Amino acid sequence: MAGTRGYVNRRLHSLLGVIPIGIFLIQHLTVNYFATRGPQAFNDAAHFMESLPYRYVLETFIIFLPLLFHAIYGVYIAFTAKSNLSNFGYFRNWMFIFQRITGIVTLIFIAWHVWETRIAIGFGWADLNYQLMEGILTEPFFFWFYVIGVISTTFHFSNGLWSFFVSWGITVSPRSQKIMTYVSIIVFVAISYVGVRTLIQFAYGI
Amino acid sequence: MSENKMITMIIKRQDDPDQSPYEEKFEIPYRENMNVISALMEIRRNPVNADGQATTPVYWDMGCLEEVCGACSMVINGTPRQSCTALVDQLEQPIRLEPMSTFPINRDLAVDRSRMFDSLKKVKAWIPIDGTYDLGPGPRMAESKRQWAYELSKCMTCGVCLEACPNVNSKSDFIGPAPLSQVRLFNSHPTGEMNKSERLQTIMDGEGLMGCGNAQNCVQSCPKGIPLTTSIAALNRDTAVESFKSFFGSDKQV
Ligand code: HEM
Ligand code: SF4
Ligand code: FES
Repeated sequence: MAGTRGYVNRRLHSLLGVIPIGIFLIQHLTVNYFATRGPQAFNDAAHFMESLPYRYVLETFIIFLPLLFHAIYGVYIAFTAKSNLSNFGYFRNWMFIFQRITGIVTLIFIAWHVWETRIAIGFGWADLNYQLMEGILTEPFFFWFYVIGVISTTFHFSNGLWSFFVSWGITVSPRSQKIMTYVSIIVFVAISYVGVRTLIQFAYGI
Repeated sequence: MSENKMITMIIKRQDDPDQSPYEEKFEIPYRENMNVISALMEIRRNPVNADGQATTPVYWDMGCLEEVCGACSMVINGTPRQSCTALVDQLEQPIRLEPMSTFPINRDLAVDRSRMFDSLKKVKAWIPIDGTYDLGPGPRMAESKRQWAYELSKCMTCGVCLEACPNVNSKSDFIGPAPLSQVRLFNSHPTGEMNKSERLQTIMDGEGLMGCGNAQNCVQSCPKGIPLTTSIAALNRDTAVESFKSFFGSDKQV
């Protein structure tokens, strides 16, 4: 036997966080970053993604199903923890709680974001172009909603990458785990920059 | 002389497993080099609370009095630790004593750590050497390995790491870091290694290894300095390999 259902679910949850969801996140932020080269560049990149062959298969198996599983199981994991920061204020304990809080924040953000972009486009209520995002992000409330959502997601992924390396026994020694902490901080800063820079472009045209 | 110096203790008490807890305050005459246990013994000698009322003596567990049995563990000023090595001079006053919340309470500060011993049985934390005939000496162990395995063997099943873990609580069945680390200990032994995959299988479920969320409070809290998170990461690696072996076929079956 390869472990019980609880074991397999948890392994799957961990794996999906990086492959494919994490990879998709980086791809998504990168394609959006084309916006910094102007509306035309963004539209070309977005339309290229939109015109990929067997797009619905890719969307279903690389994005929606993995994300749905990771999110639902993630909420369950998040609510089985009991925070004890007051007596154990260690760095990793803070990261543990942030991982759970950002998971929930990310879920709310993604649900809203998918609703007003992918689902709206799917129903024909909106068109995928630069103006769609510009319209959303020039409203100050939504600009800040997106800033928080993006940073929450990038934190969750970066810190998740750290725990992924532990969960699969790649970083075993305390030293390797410490180095991975620094790597995850660099990843966090880098992809947060990419994400927030794109938001500023849409909101302020700079 | 420090004859009239007093120490104050606030103790969370509970008369029996089913009753609700309450707090009681005590003033205890200070003596030099007191530890929490000698202060509790003072209450036992003269069970009168800070209001001057006679009360029942506070109950607690102890054994070795030298931090090797784990029986006297309790939460002292918010930190789970052994009361026998908690020196009064090093503690902030008033000293707050509480039973560890992870375990069912027997009475006052004494808890029932049965779940930890059950977990040790579940994960087969032993080396089967009994046979119907003398099996002879086992294989030798490399000294470099013996050194780190010895560190793992220091666990006294005190329960502090479970108390510190945010994933060990009433909403989860996670067995906690201590029994997991024991799997690594017995798997590292040259004879114990013969049952390695059997032992790994016992922790490959929702309550076992996967209960860990990497908060790493355990390694910060263990009084024996056991590298619990290293053990957990090593087991994460071992069980990943074990999953592949058992799913795609292994050397166990022909
Ligand atoms: C963009 C979307 C997301 C990405 C890229 C992502 C990525 C990751 C990664 C890489 C991990 C580490 C896995 C491991 O520890 O082995 C993780 C863990 C986790 N994720 Fe997500 N995640 C996303 C969305 C969510 C959502 C919506 C939730 C819902 C609450 C969530 C809840 C969790 C929880 C609770 C953990 C901790 C698991 C643990 O440490 O035991 N995640 N995530
Ligand atoms: S691992 Fe450390 S904290 Fe946990 S039970 Fe053993 S001795 Fe106590
Ligand atoms: S009495 Fe044994 S550890 Fe304290």
